[in-house]
Amino acid sequence: MADTRQKRRGSEEDSAPRLAVRKTYKLYVGGSFPRSESGRSYPVASPEGEHLGNASLASRKDARDAVSAARAAFGGWSARSAHNRGQILYRVAEMLESRRKQFVAELEAADGENRADPRRAVEAAIDRWVYYAGWTDKFAHVLGGANQVSGSYASRSTPEPTGVVAVLAPQDSPLLGLVSVLAPVVATGNTAVVVASETAPLPAVTLGEVLANSDLPGGVANILTGRTADLAGHLAAHADVNALDLAGAGDAAAELEATAAGTLKRVLRPEREPEWFADPGIARLASFLETKTVWHPIGT
Amino acid sequence: MEEQLIEYAPAPESRAAVTLRDSYEPFIDGEFAPVAEGGYLTSVNPADEERLARVGIAGKAEIDRAVAAARRAFTTVWRPMPGAERGKYLFRIARILQERSRELAVLETLDNGKPIRESRDVDVPLAAAHFFYHAGWADKLAYAGLGPDPRPLGVAAQVIPWNFPLLMLAWKVAPALATGNTVVLKPAETTPLSALLFAEICREAELPEGVVNVVTGAGDVGSALVNHPDVDKVAFTGSSEVGREIARNVAGTDKRLSLELGGKGANIVYDDAAVDQAVEGIVSGIFFNQGHVCCAGSRLLVQESVADEVLARLKARMATLRLGDPLDKNTDIGAVNSASQLERVRDLADTGDREGAERWSPPCSLPEQGYWFPPTVFTGVSQAHRIAREEIFGPVLSVLTFRTPEEAVAKANNTPYGLSAGVWTEKGSRMLWTTENLRAGVVWSNTFNKLDPASPFGGYKESGYGREGGRHGLEAYLG
Repeated sequence: MADTRQKRRGSEEDSAPRLAVRKTYKLYVGGSFPRSESGRSYPVASPEGEHLGNASLASRKDARDAVSAARAAFGGWSARSAHNRGQILYRVAEMLESRRKQFVAELEAADGENRADPRRAVEAAIDRWVYYAGWTDKFAHVLGGANQVSGSYASRSTPEPTGVVAVLAPQDSPLLGLVSVLAPVVATGNTAVVVASETAPLPAVTLGEVLANSDLPGGVANILTGRTADLAGHLAAHADVNALDLAGAGDAAAELEATAAGTLKRVLRPEREPEWFADPGIARLASFLETKTVWHPIGT
Repeated sequence: MEEQLIEYAPAPESRAAVTLRDSYEPFIDGEFAPVAEGGYLTSVNPADEERLARVGIAGKAEIDRAVAAARRAFTTVWRPMPGAERGKYLFRIARILQERSRELAVLETLDNGKPIRESRDVDVPLAAAHFFYHAGWADKLAYAGLGPDPRPLGVAAQVIPWNFPLLMLAWKVAPALATGNTVVLKPAETTPLSALLFAEICREAELPEGVVNVVTGAGDVGSALVNHPDVDKVAFTGSSEVGREIARNVAGTDKRLSLELGGKGANIVYDDAAVDQAVEGIVSGIFFNQGHVCCAGSRLLVQESVADEVLARLKARMATLRLGDPLDKNTDIGAVNSASQLERVRDLADTGDREGAERWSPPCSLPEQGYWFPPTVFTGVSQAHRIAREEIFGPVLSVLTFRTPEEAVAKANNTPYGLSAGVWTEKGSRMLWTTENLRAGVVWSNTFNKLDPASPFGGYKESGYGREGGRHGLEAYLG
């Protein structure tokens, strides 16, 4: 006999409706889900003003911790075989696929811009991981080369990851935009510190949960929620950050680029009108790679 | 130094190959145009402080006219021209550089102070090779891996240093022209003469007016040029300090930027290295071009077990280096390029003494006139010493030791720079492991300072961004 006390919420027979367990949205840093060091959070609302939850308000210290985690993860991640990185990126797609409905619901609540078709945005985000999973062991063919130099030398050029990349995720495409900027960074062996969309950060936190369950080593992707303006300047100036993606920088882009000049960071300027659904091509992969040329004499 | 039984007789190259003019003017829109108000600077021979010529300093008016000329040439002639035709102009230029190679080599040595052996055998042939290589790209850009229809950016402002005046010009101008951009070039204030001779060569090649313009002057002229609002692309080779300033100024604009900046290259010698070859590599790594090389191997990292032997042989080899008249074909080490650079090298070397490193130079008498610094090696250097961290840009080598390959790589990478590195070992797997783990844009293994137009060159980290040469170098000039 069924115990009426165990009946689910929504059942007609409920005498008292079950109280939902609300999600606490945390940061994703070094493979863990810490609260902000500051102890602060900020309310996140839907475009209609409905309260969706409180997101962690990451502090400068959180950003520093995330950079440290990304730096610590860089050696191991960049040294993995390209095949293995591809496997892991594909695994991210698998995990996202299995949580597709959850993301559709979350996007529906959070996302103003792509709200018309959240399902399409989630599917495109999944496919984007698959796309970049397939690039991990191919970009070196396409971007490297054998240099036809004079004299008895072998001269070869190989693309290598540039290091720790700070990514300001697009503000108005909280899942597809985020995946579009994060996946190419980690596909090439870099590690990332991502500042999620400020107004719609919740899908990013859930994506963090997916990444944590996808064999992606802790620290490879770190996701901060909070005020982009507070965190961006600090990341742009951080001496242990090698590159900066300004996709979600908005009006601050020029100032951040100038700050990044202090350490000669590689800077990817924001596109004027990004089309996140479009074929991403290879440009973002190439943006965070260095070309290393090795020479060796040939002889007997 | 052992006394030589037979001394080399002087073998100076004739200066007759060059006819120096008393006065040079900027090259704008196909003409050498007198400067309106900027005044003149004097270019001197660093080997004897002889005044070579006075050179007009471009003012705002000249820079405006040069950029406008480049813009007009871009829109009316150069961009619309079929790539195959553009390429033929570059082939022409390459041929003229070869035909006038002796004149260029002598002029370069007079103006820069580098040994004629290097300007004749390295700078000029490589400069010609760069034009020849890029000429062939002009009609093949769709195959460069940048998409089927890559477009030129427009007017390129290019600022180059004094260490390889003609070669750096070729590195900048050849890819810019091949890809359909037009150019305003600012050579260094101490070495403008070969760029002005190159302008003459452009005329001889009948390059359309305005495609190449040369504005002369010091850093403020370069700064005004790269900040000009009608410039689409900025390419700079020089110090990291100036590179930072340019990156800051370009921020927030649509200008594309590529930077080739400083370095503090590590040259790693393992215990199984072929020692004599390694010593030659160390010598060419730091004493080539008086150490005025951004990719110089200025930090020698030698495995502890062979350090004494390598150092002994290095010192013996250094004792055979001949310093003196750059026009002498037997000269290995020429003059430091300018009085201010000599001052900088002296200053930094003195900090080596103060910080407790041990300085050694072979017995060698320096000419009384001119700017000279002897080949110098510092031992007992620690990683914290300024001479191990800062680019000296002179013939000064800092020696550190290591025990394990991991330590070698960690020390090599322990710098904000990441331009070049060297590895000396006879073991292939160790060589590959080391080259893979070094954070540097160019790694020479069992060789050093090899350059080729087909081979991309450029740095990691604070040594700048973008590559020059090879397929990769085209990217900096295409959108």
